[in-house]
Amino acid sequence: MIMKFRIFRYDPDKDNEPYYQSYEVEASPKDRILDCLNRIRAEKDSTLSFRMSCGHGVCGSDGMRINGTSSLACQKLVKDFDENEVILIEPLEVFRVIKDLVVDMDPFFERYYSIKPYLITNTQPPEEERFQSVEEHRLFKDAIRCILCACCTASCPVNQDKSTQAYIGPAALVRSFRYLFDSRDEGSQVRIALLDNKDGAWGCQTKWMCTKVCPKEIPVTKEIFEIKKRILDSKKDKK
Amino acid sequence: MNFKHDIVIIGAGLAGLRAAVECVEEADVAIVTKVLPTRSHSGAAQGGITASIGNEEEDHWEWHMFDTVKGSDYLSDQDAVEIMVKDAPRVIYELEHMGVPFSRNPEGKIAQRNFGGHTSEYGKKPVKRACYASDRTGRVVLDTLYDQCLRHQVKFYQEHYVLSLVFEEGKCSGLVTYDLSSGELNLIEAKAVLLATGGCGKIFKTTSNGFASTGDGLNLAHRAGIPLMDMEFVQFHPTGLYPLGILVSEAARGEGGILRNNKGERFMERYAPTVKDLAARDVVSRSILTEVREGRGFEGGYVHLDLTHLGEEKILERLWEITSFVRIYLGIDPVHEPIPVYPTCHYLMGGIPTDTDGRVLQDESGAIAKGLYAAGECACVSVHGANRLGCNSLLDTLVFGRRCAKAMKTDVLKIGHHPVSLEPLEKAKEMITSLLDRKGSEKIDGVRRNMQSLMMDYCSVFRDEKGLEKGLEGIRSLKTRFSDVEIVDKGRIFNYELMEAVELGHQLDLAEVILLSALYRKESRGAHFREDFPARDDKNYLKHTLMFREAPEVRYKPVAITRFQPEARVY
Repeated sequence: MIMKFRIFRYDPDKDNEPYYQSYEVEASPKDRILDCLNRIRAEKDSTLSFRMSCGHGVCGSDGMRINGTSSLACQKLVKDFDENEVILIEPLEVFRVIKDLVVDMDPFFERYYSIKPYLITNTQPPEEERFQSVEEHRLFKDAIRCILCACCTASCPVNQDKSTQAYIGPAALVRSFRYLFDSRDEGSQVRIALLDNKDGAWGCQTKWMCTKVCPKEIPVTKEIFEIKKRILDSKKDKK
Repeated sequence: MNFKHDIVIIGAGLAGLRAAVECVEEADVAIVTKVLPTRSHSGAAQGGITASIGNEEEDHWEWHMFDTVKGSDYLSDQDAVEIMVKDAPRVIYELEHMGVPFSRNPEGKIAQRNFGGHTSEYGKKPVKRACYASDRTGRVVLDTLYDQCLRHQVKFYQEHYVLSLVFEEGKCSGLVTYDLSSGELNLIEAKAVLLATGGCGKIFKTTSNGFASTGDGLNLAHRAGIPLMDMEFVQFHPTGLYPLGILVSEAARGEGGILRNNKGERFMERYAPTVKDLAARDVVSRSILTEVREGRGFEGGYVHLDLTHLGEEKILERLWEITSFVRIYLGIDPVHEPIPVYPTCHYLMGGIPTDTDGRVLQDESGAIAKGLYAAGECACVSVHGANRLGCNSLLDTLVFGRRCAKAMKTDVLKIGHHPVSLEPLEKAKEMITSLLDRKGSEKIDGVRRNMQSLMMDYCSVFRDEKGLEKGLEGIRSLKTRFSDVEIVDKGRIFNYELMEAVELGHQLDLAEVILLSALYRKESRGAHFREDFPARDDKNYLKHTLMFREAPEVRYKPVAITRFQPEARVY
């Protein structure tokens, strides 16, 4: 079958404005959209730029908008689309476009770093492992599926809105959740101080887009809600 | 631009990150990676990391050592294996203390599971030795180590592609990089350079490896005159998802999954009566393809991996990722239906020869290549010999990544920066210009696909002289075609076509080295199976192959045998 694509193009060295280019490629139903993009590069236009690495939804490189929805190009298959439709491929929103589908991820990783994405401990660990019960581990087991693809942050209406774009975003909050609810972590106070503000956990307006697009099926909105609850509980404890 | 650091690490996978964490406090260290951090292929490791911590049942490092040596078909250097398995428990506790979210057993300790070739009492029965975090172990360790690098402010040159290593008076003194985001060339001076660039699975058509696994580091070293060791040993993982080749972790069998042929038979009972589906990978891959050859596979050339008896809860808790892959890519639910699998190129046992502190060796006598270090899949210490056991690769990266960093720290204290001329930068500029200016009739994709098919047809699980020679002839003619490749993209920013052209040059060189090494080894050992020489030949081939660019191209190095004398390898 022949699949039709309309792809966002922009090369700052050549183009004053972004534009869309149409391509048609031979494809089979089980092909990934990533396979189609690679076929376009191989057969039609090798100047098309996009990131990729593992090709099966583990590395998080190939986040992009497919028919308007942030997704991994390696996780969407041709059979998910109608043969007659034109598949629209665009870069992730929220981030600055560098070239074609490649966006500037630096601000994403800066925000990620700002939440202190590592175990904070004050006590000396034992010689062997720290204990953690199966139940304690279960509390954050969904969050460790996060691959930092940024699909959630790119789809978040709060991050997309210029007036609220300082919001730290769902991906950073998922990682905060992962440490806040890890029984081994002793940094709750520091973490809560970082999150208890309008651009932190309270920036979330419960729009559910993050949960909807997450390629790893992480209950993102629910986890952000749990963070908010934890912040409130910590205040109650103080009183 | 020119930059200067004490230590430059090429590659941001587990070996590179672990090394960086080790030396960042005492040395000025930078990591160069051609992808963004956390996109390296270590993240695709699923099943676990082995250590004889015995959380589930009795275990000892001596058993782990025996299994690793036997798994390697007695080609691993036993001094190196001993170092690795003895260090393994420390590695696990260290990762746990850093925050790695290991799965837990009912006692709250790190959970462990079965993995192929890992046994108790020297081969008597399978032992639970693999520490894991569901089936995303590599990814969570990669994330944790990246977070540690951020915390310690390791400098990253991300999306920088290394074009060449710089040698001054025989010492590696830096490297030249191409910044993908700007097209600029940089000369980075260093007192020590660590190659941690991973494997080269993308030489083969069917592989579990990501797009970035093109073996650049291996060939950068080779072009600089370093031999490559044991390159004939390429591991085909038995259970790649058919037809994509994506990894379906051995953890699936560790948790009780069973391989079945088209008659529904548990065929591994015939090939490995003691441990069955948990035999070493080379054994299981050959068994699967034998079933297919003898007409007991499914049309297209695959068998079934059956998890349906495990129950949904266990499958989703311990094998979430692979369940998701199978559902997405094949539309099959492994809770209720078997998974179609076939062998997929997974891991390179061979690589850049090093001592047990990661110092690169430049010949069979063990002379050190000054300033150059290697760790992880691109290195060959050798702990995996002719066949690696599952979950020993993550261990390898963490043990030797750290040891390498310790050696570099000590070595760089003693020396200053060697003055570096601008010549390497000029040379790299010329190379890029000539690639971009070249007119020709070939395209990268055509040459690359041909290479991948040739290697699959003639140099995968079963090999023989006729096929290997055909493969060699084919690769050599592809090299001629490669010199006629034209790069259409003349752009400056994210010109992936240009990078892929350089990568393809490396891949073709490495394909040739692999074929030659396979031709020279006229025996069958581990992952290298010669149908024309089906038996192991310890008398003539219990030795490491070293391939040089200069004649004599093949030389040999003895195997270090300390505790375990070679014996028949039966599972």
